[in-house]
Amino acid sequence: MSAAPQHAPKMAQLSLSDRLGPWMPVLLIPILIVLGFLAIPSTSSWLTLTVSGLAMGMMIFIMASGLTLVFGLMDVINFGHGAFVSVGAFVGISILLMLGHMTEAPSLVLNLLAVLAAVLVAMLATGAMGWAFERVIVKPVYGHHLKQILVTVGGLIVVEQLIIVFWGPEEIYLMRPEALQGAITFAGAALEKYRLVAVGVGLVVFAAMRFVLRRTKIGLIVRAGVENGEMVQALGYRLRLVFVGVFIAGSALAGLGGVMWGLYQEVITAHMGNQAMILIFIVVIIGGLGSVEGCFIGALLVGLMQNYVAFLEPKVALISNIGLMVAILMWRPMGMIPVVKAK
Amino acid sequence: MSDPILKLEGVFTDIAQYHILQGVDLDVPRGAVTMLLGRNGVGKTTTLRTIIGHWRARKGRILLDGEDITTTPTPAIARLGVGFVPEDMGIFADLTVEENMILAAVSGPLDPNRLERVFAAFPPLKTFWRAEAGNLSGGQKQMLSIARVMAEERRLYLIDELTKGLAPAIISTMARALRDLKARGASILLVEQNFAVAKALGDHAHVMDDGRVIWSGAMAELAGDADLQERLMGLSVEA
Repeated sequence: MSAAPQHAPKMAQLSLSDRLGPWMPVLLIPILIVLGFLAIPSTSSWLTLTVSGLAMGMMIFIMASGLTLVFGLMDVINFGHGAFVSVGAFVGISILLMLGHMTEAPSLVLNLLAVLAAVLVAMLATGAMGWAFERVIVKPVYGHHLKQILVTVGGLIVVEQLIIVFWGPEEIYLMRPEALQGAITFAGAALEKYRLVAVGVGLVVFAAMRFVLRRTKIGLIVRAGVENGEMVQALGYRLRLVFVGVFIAGSALAGLGGVMWGLYQEVITAHMGNQAMILIFIVVIIGGLGSVEGCFIGALLVGLMQNYVAFLEPKVALISNIGLMVAILMWRPMGMIPVVKAK
Repeated sequence: MSDPILKLEGVFTDIAQYHILQGVDLDVPRGAVTMLLGRNGVGKTTTLRTIIGHWRARKGRILLDGEDITTTPTPAIARLGVGFVPEDMGIFADLTVEENMILAAVSGPLDPNRLERVFAAFPPLKTFWRAEAGNLSGGQKQMLSIARVMAEERRLYLIDELTKGLAPAIISTMARALRDLKARGASILLVEQNFAVAKALGDHAHVMDDGRVIWSGAMAELAGDADLQERLMGLSVEA
């Protein structure tokens, strides 16, 4: 038998575009911010818009992240994902309204405790609802895309109507807790406190998801499952359980996003999740179905684009995100960070 | 062939409306390499996929150490100690070599002694330990796919197309790795197109045609009889 073959690492010279390629999606964010800076005459407006764009992006990311993993892992298209956003908002905001004495008090600690309580209860509720939704609605239609669309849209409608049954048909207006009202002034620009908090929460959620997906075994199973679920099972992992777990976590995150979105808009309606679904789908598609990083970048791009364009050309704002999606899909038809699929 | 580790009794498997396996009977003896041979499209891959549970047998029984696993879910079959290397290798391209290996050790952390053995058999895996598996060459990917089943003690190894599309130098690396496994008492069911490799590695052989096993016996007997090969597989080794 011959000696072991040599396998020296090959370091072929890559062209600039090859080396930049993997980083292009990330670079799009600073590029868009710089374009905004050039297009917007006043620096302070630009700064305000950039912060609100990033805040909006973070909230969309939190709402969308679960959907992209659910699709990646089990090829399930869940049009009902927006239901968790609505339910999260209604449960969370109800808790906040019940804790009115805490949210109105001029104490930062009490305010934050109230918000924390609202968020936790909302996430528990939407997580539990995700578990039930998966069992009752999604499980029977594994592998059938058309049925998934039909039945999950149906689920969304039922949930919306249930919200109206419990909370009534009127939209609910609310005030943010004392500590989250108002703005701070930085470099002549007014930056709303709540938006800065939203950016912070978004970054924490993204960092936590990345940590789980990159550094834990369950995260490895999820990433491997997105690529080749059959092989994950052949190694001995029960993918179905992992999927249910991801579905629950994704639903809870959508619930968190719903609370944050409600506090951002200061009004909630039963249809808010349905309305958010348009943005959520755009983000998930341009990011690359199944990719959390892509979803994150896509959400920030959508948030920034929406805010810049709404300022520069309000009439164009409605189609700016669709335009962004078209442009990105023409550049990368599988999304910015396409997920490798074995099949 | 008493007390085989794996036994298939009259297994029928359909894929969509096609009847692919039509009553497969075969034994895999303990501690030996059993070859599953036959032309393309006769059901070799389907047989392996039915054993691991990716396809379900419509009829018949599959026994692992006497235990009926015909309807056992795939993950449970794997945890009974069945290592599976699919035809497409099933590498997680998005994960690093290290992460692929961590996943392969289902029951706990990677055993350093096993890892040393893997590195000794496949030195490039050490070099590219932290590289994304998708960037490996075809041969290195196959090394990783074999390394993954070596990450734990298995009762039975199912390997589909060990040497497909590999350069001769790498084929000999693979063959050596399998011989090592066998020397440690492994039971292996191996689908192989390369007859020279089959001849060198196999103890027993089953030849399939049209969804059935049409010949079973010692590999040496098949290897020594060109007429038999011609008749069973329509191949001529000289070509």
